[in-house]
Amino acid sequence: MFSASHRLHCDGLTDAENEVTYGKCNNPHGHGHNYFVEVTVSGQVDPATGMVCNLVDIDDCVRREILDRFDHANLNTLPEFRGQVPTTEVLSVVIYDILKQSFRSAHLEKVRIEETMLNSFEYAGGVELRT
Amino acid sequence: MVYLTRKVEFSASHHYHNPELSAAENQRIFGKCNNPNGHGHNYTLEVTVKGSVDHQTGFVVDLKQLKEIMNREVVDALDHRYLNKEVPEFASQIPTTENIAIAVWKRLQGKLNVAKLHRVRIYETPELWADFYGEE
Repeated sequence: MFSASHRLHCDGLTDAENEVTYGKCNNPHGHGHNYFVEVTVSGQVDPATGMVCNLVDIDDCVRREILDRFDHANLNTLPEFRGQVPTTEVLSVVIYDILKQSFRSAHLEKVRIEETMLNSFEYAGGVELRT
Repeated sequence: MVYLTRKVEFSASHHYHNPELSAAENQRIFGKCNNPNGHGHNYTLEVTVKGSVDHQTGFVVDLKQLKEIMNREVVDALDHRYLNKEVPEFASQIPTTENIAIAVWKRLQGKLNVAKLHRVRIYETPELWADFYGEE
């Protein structure tokens, strides 16, 4: 879990269009969420360890690459979102792409992010989710 | 392609009974759920849609619109209702969680203008849920 702030605002739209599109999320001062991130990996079970991969390795990678980068940050100010609106759709793609580069011990299946208790987002690298 | 899930709760009552079966068979198959006076649940509905992220807005779908459609098409019709008696789909079908998932899918299908409906999940209790992906 990490906590961050963001503001949804598209420079290509007028102020009125931004207000219509993003509503309260367009507040110029921003607002924040506690984001819960679920990372799903897949792979064969190693006969020696009985594990797909070492959970400690996932924890370390997510802490280093995701939590240290995004926790208590303003997403709009980060280079990862330059030229993009930091919606949770975009955030899920950004996080998937970072983990795809940095976690090599198992296949990254998908990233799921809960923005609130009512809204969540999933990204599997652009392919269909396995059901 | 990004998948977005929106959750909403509603409360309703129902009972399970197949008029083509004997009272004893209904009792054997449905157990406590066959009580003709009904019983209720707090249902949690999760609707998952999928689509491309719009380059300008960063959205797959306007969450506010999705919420309004879910409320209008599902919650307004099912919340605080006796499903067997007040919801047309269940005049001729048993309102199991499976059938509710299918009914909700049919209510939502075609109502979402941008994104594509991917999954309807209905929790009858936190321990029991049904998923429907639209396949027959």
